[in-house]
Amino acid sequence: MSLDLSMLLVQFISGLTTAMVLFLLASGLTLVFGVMNVINFAHGAFYMLGAYLAFTITQMLSGSLGFWAALVIAPTVVCVVGGIVEVGLLRRIYDKEHLLQILLTYALIFIFNDLIKMIWGVNLRMVNLPPSLKGFVTFLGRRFPVYYFFILGVGTSVAILLWLLLKKSRFGKLLRASAEHRDMVGLLGYNVRTVFTLVFMMATWLGGLAGAVIAPTVRISMGMGMEIIIECFIVVIVGGLGNVLGALLGALLAGELYAFGILLMPNYAMAFLFIFAAVIIIFRPYGLLGKTAQGVS
Amino acid sequence: METRQVAQGKATKWFWTAVIGLSLIILPFVLEGEFSQYYLFLVADILAWALFAMSFNLVLGYGGMMSFGHAAFFGVGAYTCALLLVKTSCPLVLAFLAAPLAAACVGLVIGYLSVRIKGVFYFAVLTLCFAQLVYILVYKWRGFTFGDDGIQGIPVPAFISTDASYINYYFFALIIVLICTFVLWKIVRSPFGMILRSLRENPERAAFVGINVEHYRLIAFVISAFFSGVAGVLYALLQTSISPDILFWANSGDVILMGLLGGMTLFLGPALGAAIMVLLNSFVTSYTEYWGFCLGVILILIVLFFPKGVGGVLAERYQTWKRGKEN
Repeated sequence: MSLDLSMLLVQFISGLTTAMVLFLLASGLTLVFGVMNVINFAHGAFYMLGAYLAFTITQMLSGSLGFWAALVIAPTVVCVVGGIVEVGLLRRIYDKEHLLQILLTYALIFIFNDLIKMIWGVNLRMVNLPPSLKGFVTFLGRRFPVYYFFILGVGTSVAILLWLLLKKSRFGKLLRASAEHRDMVGLLGYNVRTVFTLVFMMATWLGGLAGAVIAPTVRISMGMGMEIIIECFIVVIVGGLGNVLGALLGALLAGELYAFGILLMPNYAMAFLFIFAAVIIIFRPYGLLGKTAQGVS
Repeated sequence: METRQVAQGKATKWFWTAVIGLSLIILPFVLEGEFSQYYLFLVADILAWALFAMSFNLVLGYGGMMSFGHAAFFGVGAYTCALLLVKTSCPLVLAFLAAPLAAACVGLVIGYLSVRIKGVFYFAVLTLCFAQLVYILVYKWRGFTFGDDGIQGIPVPAFISTDASYINYYFFALIIVLICTFVLWKIVRSPFGMILRSLRENPERAAFVGINVEHYRLIAFVISAFFSGVAGVLYALLQTSISPDILFWANSGDVILMGLLGGMTLFLGPALGAAIMVLLNSFVTSYTEYWGFCLGVILILIVLFFPKGVGGVLAERYQTWKRGKEN
C-alpha cells in the first residue's frame, strides 16, 4: 500500500464526516448527562427514528423539496417524541439511583425498536440524495462527494450554535446553573423542570437531525441505533461526561481513528476505537476534558 | 421458650429445604410426562441463565460495580468449552474445568484494569470496551473461532445428551448450579462478602478503616467471571451450538435486566429474574413478534413502581405477613 497524500486526505475527510455525525449525537448525550445527570441509552433510538422519518418524508415529497423538508420535519417530530418521553417517564426518576435510570432508558430501546418495526417493517430502507447535493468535488486528483461537505457544514454550524447558546445566551447560563445547583436555580424562581424538558428536547432534536443527515448515506435498518449508541458512549466518555467541547474532541478522534484504522486493518477498525477508549479511561479516569464533578462546559 | 422457637425455626427450615429439593427432583418427570420436552428445555435454560445472573449480582448487587461487560465471561466460558470439545479430543471434565478458568483469567485482566475506576459510567464503558474487544476478536478471527458462523454441533457426551430427553441434562445442570449457588452463598455470607457490601455502601469509609478497596473489588470481579464462565458452559452444552452473539453487549444488558426484574437486594433475586425473563420470552414470542415491546413496558413498570424487583416485592409481602402473624 503506497502512502500517497491524496489517499490520506480521502480518509481524513471521510473521518471528519463520521466525526460530525458522532458529534451531533454525542453533544446531546453529554448535555443530558451534564444537566440532568441521566445517561440516555435510548439516544440511538431517537437517531434511528430520525432516519426512518426522513425516509417517509422523502417518499411523500420527491426531489430536493423532500430532502429539505425531511431535514426540518424529522428532527422536529423526534424532538416532540423526546418531550413526551421526558415529561411522561424520565421526570419521575431524576431522584432515583443511576441504575434505575439506565434501565428505564434501556427499556425504551426495546420499545422504540418494536414500534419502528411495527410502522416501517424490517426491510432495509434507502433515502435518495437531492440532485443539488449529488455531485463530486475534485481535489488533488481525488473525487469527494459533495454530501460529505454538506455534513461537515451541518456539524460545524451546530457546534458553533451550541457554543453560542451555552456560553453567550441567558438560557445557556440558566442551563449551566441548573447543572451545578438544581435547587438553587429553583429557589431563584426559575422552573428547573422546564429547563430539563427543553434540554432533553434539544438533545433528541440533535439526535433526530443526525439520523436525517446520515439517512442518504446508509441503509436504514433496525440495528442502526444499537450500533451507534456504543460509539457515542465512547465519544462522550473520552471527552469527559457533560463536556460539549470534549464531545467534539472525542468525536474527531473517534472518527479519524476509525477512518485510518480501516486503512490499516479493515477487519479490526472498530477494535481500535475500543482500545483507544480503554486507554483514555485508564489514564484519564474522567475523560480528556472532564472534571470529577458534574456540570456542563 | 427461646430455644424451642429456634428449634422450631430450624425444623421449618429443613422442612422447606426438603420440599424444594423434592420438587426439583420431581419437576422434570412431571414436565416430561404431562407437558413436553420443550418445557424441560426451558427449565434447563433457566438454570444456566440463573447462574449467570447470580454470579453477575456478586459484582453489581453486592459489590456495587456496574459492569457492562459480563457477556465476555459468559462467552469466553462457552467458547473455551466448545472449542476444546470440537477441536481436540479432550474429555468433557477437562473442557468443563478449563472454561471457567479461562473466563476467570479474562476477568482478572479486565478487572485489574477496571476496578480502580470510580465513576460509575466510566467503569461501565471501560468494561464494555473490553467486552466488545473480545466480541470483535471472536467475530473476526474466523480461523480459530469460526467467526460469525458460530460453532454448530458441539459433541456432548452421551450421559448428558439431549437428543432423546432433557432429563439427564437437567440433573447434570441442576447439580452444578446448586453447587455453584452454595459456594456463592457462602462467599456472600463470609467476612469477604460483608467487606464487599461495605465497599458498595461507602468505599471511602472502607478505605479509611484500612480495607484495600481495589484488591477486594478485583477478587469479587474474578469470582464473578469464573461462575459466569460456568454458566456459559452450561449454555453451550444445552444449546450444542453457539454464535458470537452471546458476547455482544446486548447480552451484558440482558443479565442486568434479569437482576432488576428479580431484585438485586436478594441473593436469589436475579435467579428469579432469569426465570421470569426466559419464561416470559417463550410465552410472549409464541403470541407476538413484538417481544421487545412487552419487555420494555414491563421494565418501565418495574422501574416506576417496583424498583426492588419482583423478588423484593415478594420479600416485603412475606415480612408484613410474618409480622401480622406474630402480633
